[in-house]
Amino acid sequence: MTAKLDIVLSVNGRNYEVRVEPRRTLVDTLRDQCGLTGTNSGCEHGVCGTCTVIVDGEPVRSCLMFAVQAQGSQIRTIEGLSEKGRLHPLQRAFIEHHGLQCGFCTPGFLMLAASCLDHDPHLSDDELRALLSSNLCRCTGYQNILKAVRAAAVEMRSQ
Amino acid sequence: MPIVKGCGRYAASISFPHQLHMRIVRSTHAHGRIASIDASKALAAPGCVAVWTASDVAEIPPIEFRATEIQGLEPYRQSILAKTHVRYVGEPIAAVFAEDDYQAEDAADLVTVAIEELPALLSADQPPAQFAPGYSTEPVIVRKGYGDVDAAFRTAHAVVELDLRIGRHSGVPLEARGAIARYDPVRDVLELHAATKRPHPGRDLLARMLGRSPLSIHLYECHIGGGFGIRGEIYPEDVLVCAAALRLARPIKWIEDRREHLMAANHSRQQHHLLRVAVDREGHVLAIDDMFFHDQGAYVRTAGARVVEWTASMLPGPYRVPAYRVAGHFRLTNKTPAGTYRSPGRYESTFVCEQMMDAIAARIGIDRVEVRRRNLIAGDDMPYRRQLSGNEAEMVLDSGDYGLLLDKVLDRGGWQGLVGEVARRRAAGETVGVGIACFLEKSGLGPVDAVRVKVDPTGTVEVVTSSASLGQGVETVIAQICADALGHDYRKVRVVHGRTDLMDYGFGAHAGRATVMTGSATHIAALKVRAKAIAVAARHLQETDPGVLDLVEGKVAYKGRPDGPSMTLAEIANALTPTAAIAKGFEPGLAAEGVFACDHMTYPYGAHIAVVSIDRETGGVRVEHYLAAYDVGVAINPMLVEGQIAGSMVQGLGGALFEEFLYDPDGTPLCLTFSDYLMPTLAEVPDLDVLVTEDAPSPLNPLGVKGAGESGITGVGAAIASAVNDALGLPGAVKELPITPRRLREIMAKVASLDAAASL
Repeated sequence: MTAKLDIVLSVNGRNYEVRVEPRRTLVDTLRDQCGLTGTNSGCEHGVCGTCTVIVDGEPVRSCLMFAVQAQGSQIRTIEGLSEKGRLHPLQRAFIEHHGLQCGFCTPGFLMLAASCLDHDPHLSDDELRALLSSNLCRCTGYQNILKAVRAAAVEMRSQ
Repeated sequence: MPIVKGCGRYAASISFPHQLHMRIVRSTHAHGRIASIDASKALAAPGCVAVWTASDVAEIPPIEFRATEIQGLEPYRQSILAKTHVRYVGEPIAAVFAEDDYQAEDAADLVTVAIEELPALLSADQPPAQFAPGYSTEPVIVRKGYGDVDAAFRTAHAVVELDLRIGRHSGVPLEARGAIARYDPVRDVLELHAATKRPHPGRDLLARMLGRSPLSIHLYECHIGGGFGIRGEIYPEDVLVCAAALRLARPIKWIEDRREHLMAANHSRQQHHLLRVAVDREGHVLAIDDMFFHDQGAYVRTAGARVVEWTASMLPGPYRVPAYRVAGHFRLTNKTPAGTYRSPGRYESTFVCEQMMDAIAARIGIDRVEVRRRNLIAGDDMPYRRQLSGNEAEMVLDSGDYGLLLDKVLDRGGWQGLVGEVARRRAAGETVGVGIACFLEKSGLGPVDAVRVKVDPTGTVEVVTSSASLGQGVETVIAQICADALGHDYRKVRVVHGRTDLMDYGFGAHAGRATVMTGSATHIAALKVRAKAIAVAARHLQETDPGVLDLVEGKVAYKGRPDGPSMTLAEIANALTPTAAIAKGFEPGLAAEGVFACDHMTYPYGAHIAVVSIDRETGGVRVEHYLAAYDVGVAINPMLVEGQIAGSMVQGLGGALFEEFLYDPDGTPLCLTFSDYLMPTLAEVPDLDVLVTEDAPSPLNPLGVKGAGESGITGVGAAIASAVNDALGLPGAVKELPITPRRLREIMAKVASLDAAASL
């Protein structure tokens, strides 16, 4: 069980060659082996959504996936959300609308929202609420997260 | 904004070369005697370097608590590893150190602990038992009061009795705890990373426990994933990583998992109140007599009996109470130890006080708003002496017009319209109600804070504080205060916090004190720098009267002539390099220190309105609309104030409806995941309106500010309970928070059977 495997993870368009135990979770591997510490871990049992990353276009709780399972997939993390130094509309909106306080849940919310809005920025308000209610935040009361995501969706629709 | 780019540095992101990982072996029994501990298998496990039990840290004393007037709590302190007995599930028994985090967890699983079980005491209502030979599980009864309570009850028109409970819940920040220590023998400095809240007192406490000079311990804050009262206290794990870094001569990293957090980090809130109130014919309170039981859990932690003290002091709320008597029974049980959680003692006492107001209204037959209006302390009575002490200081309510805020809330919330609307909906068969709560808060806990402001030769300003940042935006507020006082762009201001090596003393960020205390010290320091900058510029501009000069947007110029002769802060700082300054007769450096001391607290206040609907089938409560109003004296940054109120309101919603640490009959905790400990998601959050008023600036500090961090949570349990009672048409129906579906269904069943009996 503890024999380590050599695997390659494709994260934000870059390949990371890592040696991990099969039991090592994707979130721990991203943080400790790839050095991508922007993805935080909040509960380690798949409820809070803090560790959300995008795997092959879908939002995934990286505490519930083993790193070995992600081999061959395209992984996108918070470090890959802005492109060419330009902030993603969601990142700008979170700053503008005070969508974060302690910021611990923020990367998870950003990746959750990005995974859906990048496909379809025309989500209805009810759909946005349902989507965002899958992650936990303990600071903001969610009001400003909702405002920020709504504002980013409006901007993304016009692009 | 590094956090949105994934550059946040929370505890788990702090690593040092050659570090070891610590894992704690915790008690699986609520109460028992430790018969034996066998670590031999763990020590043989791959990567395991050491396993410690109590005998390995015998020289380290138990964790002390803050200065308090209450005597006799010392025997109830927690040792960093259990010595002879375990007293709650989750209590640290052994510490395992290994090369990586997975190995540490594997090795910890191999430590076998034999426990001889003892009966678990799980309720603070039950008679006290023995904590240890010679010590009862009731260390102290906190008694406060004034006036002739018995006489008031003898002459009262009516006496109303209440029996109310607040559930066990806590801050539960989204980042669990973490601590990283390393020792540098070259400088003889022990560093503790990821410390927060009260960095200097924390340092001093560690120094006493480890027998070191406080100056040889440096605490560093990093990004903090939520504080809420529970984070930043000194816990056993903090001391263990420090001791291990010293002894094992390698950096030690400890990151808690969620299961551990829910059984080991401070719980809070759980109380049972038995209150009697004497009233006259018009519903005026004549006297309150309250007895309550506070479930402290297994040990007395750093906050001592503070929550009981604050409950006792704040229970009269914003009301005139001619006579008052309270007995707070501070009792230990075999549960996770408790500490402070956002608005400690006030969330609890406000629920009790406001249920009392509703009960008086029902008894006398007057409106819920009217009974409050009749009892609120008048604006003309300010400052108002409470005849009680809080935090060892006399309570003097510094400023406020509670009636004015009540008017504003009723107006903003459209109270009359809401009352009519819910009546119409109830007539149409819905179970809906509207509730109201008024409350008093406290903030600006002193005693003193110092701040150093300096300007470097590029015109960049650095504010060195002893504050802590818990995600509440303290850097922004302090930068704004500094920039406003100095006359500079706030984007040019860097704020340093959470560094004990850069400031000599300070009391951190908690109890709504950062803006009040650190903000005031910043204001004072920045004004000194401003005066010096103008004096230096006057000399250079050959102006004999500095009064004709002004400092605006980082530049000293003649008043009304911004384009005339001038000198920027960068130029002034350059003119104050040591040699240049001395040549001109100035002290070198464009810098100053500001100290602000205050013995008394400020008392912000608020009012909340809730509209709820109840699903009679499931017992579920949906909060449809919520208004949270708060007077902060002066709002330095309204967006941040509103953010604090919105966030804390939703935490209060959790405590009112969902969050509760439950135990089975043998003391095993049942809520060790986020599937069992239910925090609100966006789906539960109502349409929320926030009203920030600035009617009553505090006379106690130069900014007029009062703390905003705890405001949104204080009245939530009270307002929602009031609304649920209204929906059921039964004042006093809710006797316990959280109002879970099970409890609400029991209430409704009882009401139904009463109705059935009445119709026979």
